[in-house]
Amino acid sequence: MLQMSWLIPLFPLLSFILLLLFRKSKSESTAWIGVLLTGVSLVMSVGVFLAVWQGEGIKTEGTWFQIGERAITMGFEVNPLNALMLVIVSLVSFLVHLYSKGYMHGDERFPVFFAYLGLFSFAMLGLVLSPNLLQLYMFWELVGLGSFLLIGFYYFKPEAKAAAKKAFVMTRIGDVGLFIGMVLLFWQVGSFEYDEIFTSVKNGDISSGMLTLTALCIFVGAVGKSGQLPLHTWLPDAMEGPTPVSALIHAATMVAAGVYLVAAMYPLFQASEAALTVVAVVGGLTAIFAASIGLMQKDIKRVLAYSTVSQLGYMMLALGASGYVAGIFHLTTHAFFKALLFLAAGSVIHAVHTQNIEEMGGLWKKLRVTGPLFLIGALAISGVPLLSGFFSKDEILASTYADGKYGLFWLAVIAAFMTAFYMFRLFFLVFTGEARGEEHEQKGVHESPGVMTFPMIVLGVLAVVAGYLNTTWFGTFLSDYLAQGPVDLPHGDHHGPAWIPLLATLAAALGIGLAYLIYQKGTLSRDWITRSLPSLAEVIYNKWYIDEGYDQTVVKGTRALSKLGVLFDRYVVDGLVTAVTNGVQGLSKIGSRLQNGQVQSYGTAAIFGIVILLLIVALTGGYFS
Amino acid sequence: MSAVPLTAYLMLALILFCIGLFGALTKRNAVIVLISIELMLNAVNINLVAFAKYSINPGLTGQIFSLFTITVAAAEAAVGLAILIALYRNRQTVNVDEMDTMKR
Repeated sequence: MLQMSWLIPLFPLLSFILLLLFRKSKSESTAWIGVLLTGVSLVMSVGVFLAVWQGEGIKTEGTWFQIGERAITMGFEVNPLNALMLVIVSLVSFLVHLYSKGYMHGDERFPVFFAYLGLFSFAMLGLVLSPNLLQLYMFWELVGLGSFLLIGFYYFKPEAKAAAKKAFVMTRIGDVGLFIGMVLLFWQVGSFEYDEIFTSVKNGDISSGMLTLTALCIFVGAVGKSGQLPLHTWLPDAMEGPTPVSALIHAATMVAAGVYLVAAMYPLFQASEAALTVVAVVGGLTAIFAASIGLMQKDIKRVLAYSTVSQLGYMMLALGASGYVAGIFHLTTHAFFKALLFLAAGSVIHAVHTQNIEEMGGLWKKLRVTGPLFLIGALAISGVPLLSGFFSKDEILASTYADGKYGLFWLAVIAAFMTAFYMFRLFFLVFTGEARGEEHEQKGVHESPGVMTFPMIVLGVLAVVAGYLNTTWFGTFLSDYLAQGPVDLPHGDHHGPAWIPLLATLAAALGIGLAYLIYQKGTLSRDWITRSLPSLAEVIYNKWYIDEGYDQTVVKGTRALSKLGVLFDRYVVDGLVTAVTNGVQGLSKIGSRLQNGQVQSYGTAAIFGIVILLLIVALTGGYFS
Repeated sequence: MSAVPLTAYLMLALILFCIGLFGALTKRNAVIVLISIELMLNAVNINLVAFAKYSINPGLTGQIFSLFTITVAAAEAAVGLAILIALYRNRQTVNVDEMDTMKR
């Protein structure tokens, strides 16, 4: 089974190629090509995962080309970490393919959408299977391309076009960091191989300053891809893409690639205390920062997007606080419940044709399947006990506490409270109360077809049970499993004091309770915070003015710089060129005037010449003297 | 006779040569240009004769040589005038400015 694992990414690629051939087709049964082929990938991934669970692993490589004495290799590797990722990616991809069959119904470019989904799945699975940084980087860029194409799928909408460009440019900034880190590592180690890099890290072949530098450069790549502060602004804008895309790329898989990268390079980070601290601080700040923005957004998908940024911050925080298992664990559970939330949001949007939560309401009775599933997702992400989010979040909090990062610990607790609050604000506004939308829209509201609800049900089940992969009660399956990998897990008890789960539960309960009081009961006026702190509310509502700040500094700065460049080009460079041509032309004009065919002027020139020569001879005293 | 020094002859020759040169380079009429060339030749003749008389080894060589020069100059003037007439017949002008076929 493991020898065949390199085939896993190729099925979505095949789907991409086939669907490109059928791109003009009007038949919506073309979707089954994508669904079936990713289904095959899913089955194989599960097979691989089960084999790895039993302690197997494989790494196969061949030389791609040779530079001097250094061989650049290509191949594939299966270890516990990426086997888990394979399952997550192919599962979510499969479900999203299925869901899109219903969601994209009636779209003109139906097969093209599935082709792009196939391309993305191929790239993501290939990224996960890569045994070296170079190969990872290639797929990393391909993933970015897939994301770009899918965000800009509705290219006729200017916002979608702008969002696609923004996503591409912003992640590119991170990619440059990753590239620099990669090159530095190659310079130091002489190889892109994970194994060789880890060996030289372990042997202390790299100076500690260089270790920190490379780790931080690679982390910059992760920051870009995972939407961490300060490169997070593309992710909420990416919600312009179709909702299944948001579920697949911008919740479950691609944005998790940054977390995966840090996890895959974990021995490098472990070797540098400073790098780990930076990862933890960036993660923690992102978690609370994005959560605060999520409190005030009005677009259902944007709330979820900021929630994603915040949860990715949690994962980074966990990794930075030596909570390797906690980070991966949260990645897994988050993939399920966030994909579920996005698909449910898609189902809501499909029903009411708006994304503004102010125009929804009272949908619980109309959407009998979506409603409860959304509730499950919201409970899971809020960290309500017995659901998956509770366990993974608890583990993150515990490992942060155990690592002695108390400031970040409290930030994370507050972010957990905010998470619960904004999720239930969303839930109460969308599903309870009176319908607030326009009259004629209300009649058409109906539950989504089975092809859409089935994936949600699967994810709903997973969002509940995925937490039991790693609990103190039933067994730490996940950490035992990940311990087989190349990463030396930090030892010690990561389960912290018993009051941490209680505290997390309390935070969640407070958040839910507050949301209930404000948005359901109406005991508290909706705008009591807004009124008491108007300036803060204004700042948060405008997303801390980060976009505006970038616009004022980076964008304007770049524009000014380019204007300067234009001026320089026009007046200095062009001026130089014209000066040269003018000089040559002037000289040639004088020259051509000299050749006028008049013997007399030739004679004059000759006489002048000889006079000058004679003068020189007379003044210098002659050549021979 | 010996009251006239060599310098005087040489000055005369120099002045004559300069006048001839000036005429040859500035006049527009081809006939005057030819005459100016004759002036320069004669300046040379004066030099030859003067040196023949006043050099360290006085002799007749210079004077005879100047006779040859006069002969050659006469022949040259005849050929020059002939060319000039042919030119005039072709182009109806003796203006030097208009004779710029060397440009091409």
